Amino acid sequence: MQKREEEHIDKKSVRDLKLGECGIICCLKDPDMGLKLLEMGCLPGTQVKLNSRAPLGDPITIIVNDYTLSLRLDEAETIMLK
Amino acid sequence: MTVVAQPEIREASQTTPRSEVARVALVGNPNSGKTSLFNQLTGLNQKVGNFPGVTVDKKTGTCQLSANQKVQIIDLPGTYSLYPKSLDERVIIDLLYDSASAHYPDLVVVTADASNLKRNLLLFTQLADLKIPAILALNMVDVAEQEGVKIDIPALHKGLGVPVIPMNARKGIGIAALKILILQHLEPTPVQFYTIPDALKPVTETIKARFGLASDYLALHYAHQYKSLKFLSAEEAEWIGALLETHEFKSNVAQADETIARYTYINELLLDVVRVERVEKDEKFSNRLDQVLTHKVFGYLIFMGILFLVFQAIFTWASYPMDLIDQGFASLNGLIQDNFSGPLINLLTEGIIAGLGGVMVFIPQIAILFAFIAVLEETGYMARVTFMMDKIMRKFGLNGKSVVPLISGVACAVPAVMSARTIENWKDRMITIFVTPLMSCSARIPVYTVLIALVVPETYYFGFLNLQGLVLMALYLIGFLAAIFSALLLKVILKARERSYFIMEFPVYKMPRWKNVGLTIVEKVKAFVFEAGKVIVAISIILWVLASYGPGNSFEKAEQQAIVEAKQQNLSETELQNLISSHQLEASYAGVIGRTMEPAIEPLGYNWKIGIALLTSFAAREVFVGTMSTIYSIGEEENVSTIKNKLMMEKDKDGEPYFNLARSFSLMVFYLFAMQCVSTLAVVRRETKSWTWPLAQLVYMSGLAYVMAFITYQVLS
Repeated sequence: MQKREEEHIDKKSVRDLKLGECGIICCLKDPDMGLKLLEMGCLPGTQVKLNSRAPLGDPITIIVNDYTLSLRLDEAETIMLK
Repeated sequence: MTVVAQPEIREASQTTPRSEVARVALVGNPNSGKTSLFNQLTGLNQKVGNFPGVTVDKKTGTCQLSANQKVQIIDLPGTYSLYPKSLDERVIIDLLYDSASAHYPDLVVVTADASNLKRNLLLFTQLADLKIPAILALNMVDVAEQEGVKIDIPALHKGLGVPVIPMNARKGIGIAALKILILQHLEPTPVQFYTIPDALKPVTETIKARFGLASDYLALHYAHQYKSLKFLSAEEAEWIGALLETHEFKSNVAQADETIARYTYINELLLDVVRVERVEKDEKFSNRLDQVLTHKVFGYLIFMGILFLVFQAIFTWASYPMDLIDQGFASLNGLIQDNFSGPLINLLTEGIIAGLGGVMVFIPQIAILFAFIAVLEETGYMARVTFMMDKIMRKFGLNGKSVVPLISGVACAVPAVMSARTIENWKDRMITIFVTPLMSCSARIPVYTVLIALVVPETYYFGFLNLQGLVLMALYLIGFLAAIFSALLLKVILKARERSYFIMEFPVYKMPRWKNVGLTIVEKVKAFVFEAGKVIVAISIILWVLASYGPGNSFEKAEQQAIVEAKQQNLSETELQNLISSHQLEASYAGVIGRTMEPAIEPLGYNWKIGIALLTSFAAREVFVGTMSTIYSIGEEENVSTIKNKLMMEKDKDGEPYFNLARSFSLMVFYLFAMQCVSTLAVVRRETKSWTWPLAQLVYMSGLAYVMAFITYQVLS
């Protein structure tokens, strides 16, 4: 946890969003997962909003391109924000 | 709405009907209404079958286009792109990349959700670039319009270069227009949506030339996916691999670049086509519902409530039709036995019809369970359950979607294993299928209740906690723990073939489409009856033969001996008949086998009689009670108290009750763990398309049963 924060001190990911908060996607960190996310519409420049969290905190749902996408925190972490 | 302008690109030879039955593939995003469209086009004329070399089932159906024109419709799994991420999606590339294949479609119909056109068009542009003739079925246009999404259909048609049919597949609007269009001779779109970058051109052009491909884009897919294209020979795949290496082809980067390029194109195209004045009413409603249904406390409570309802339904509602089916088969048997006789008739009544009855009796449970599952899926609630349970299940190597099969397993493992299909990830799905039969199913109930009644006193604690009930509950709990920990074990052993994703579209809550629910039930029941039925009938015939014949003239000797004994004991005619069948069973091949296996089961505390019951129970656990009643010469009456009394009277050589605490618990534990259900094995074989999994299950569970029963007997005696 500590290490993760140090690594991305100046970079926020979707994981760091608060409930209801929006962000603009800047890039996708993980090339394998990135493709799936790209296909689902998580393109650089698109707005994302953290919509809800599962009762145990993971997974989460986000809103991109007017539809709701659910993904795990590990996956959300790979979507970097501007 | 149904009037569709023909694209200007093809004027000639439009109305010449095809001479032969053409194949149409249905492709589209998940939740784009593809299944509804498939059901509208084919109705009950559909079948599930596995195409050679493909691990997942494909649905096909026939559609009557006009009075004398039929067309084969192939329903493909929902996907977001032509780059498959799961085993399910891989079916698509198997079908679309080999034009020499017998299943290669003449035409693809791409379904797209009008309210989410941008993402839905990604798949369409990929398909169009493969240069297969296509039609865009623009679904839910009226719904999208109500939400403030206006689509300029003629402009979209012009931009895509293929016919665009606005429709509402749920209500059947636009189906007629689609049928007319399918009949016509269509050409691939002249529009190129993605231009292959110059850097990749040497690769694609070399591949295109070598395989004589129709499009550059197909060549690019060969480059990306040559490892999973089954129709390529090893030498061809190797050749592509070497080519890619010399050109430093980076599949990941190229795919990502392509996706971004396509989205850029689509964005520009849609600029003039789609106007959004979104009201955002529906989304808010879904969100508000989610706040309750996925709430920290209420979410789980509601889920538990629904589960309770499903179980009640499976146990209570199903019992009436199940009794009817049971009685129906019994009277059919009686009717045949009263009017005919001979060994063939015995085989028919005691083997085949009894076996078929054993299959048919599960139909109500399967139908009810799948009705519930279909409704939960259709409404979009299942996605929420998965979402809530994912974190817990992940710790045990399962995933959110494993919840459904595990819970269904308490009723019957057969439909439960079938419901594991919703799990896309191979490893998670295999683990789920593997551990589901450990959940104590309803067939174990007769075994548990008879044995508990023998050795557990009917004591009450606090006036309401029944000790017998507590033991029964403990047995269910042990089954659940066994499933969870077996999953954990498998998690370590199995190597993941693909990465586990949980990136999933959260569907908007919808009313279920009852036609889809009905067709799901019919499809699952049909699959069960025909696939599992074959095996169960075969096994019942074998068991019948083993129990009905003995080596040499052993049967006559057994009968004579029984008559002598009966005279000594002054038995009535029915008691004599029962004694004869009991003696004959002992003399039969099954009896011989029971005797032979006695040394192996002695450490568990069992004799040859229990051995036969164990053996016959491998077809289905319920058989235990029936076999015990035959062995203890009380005929076919499955009266629990009579069996209980008979078992109570059985004495061991020291004159003590034979079914003591140690033996009874050892048996219960054995029935808890052992894989004694041919239907389940058949279904696992069907679902995994290999014998490895059912055999591994049989060995693992039987081994576990043996060891646990051994420990139980040795500790308690």
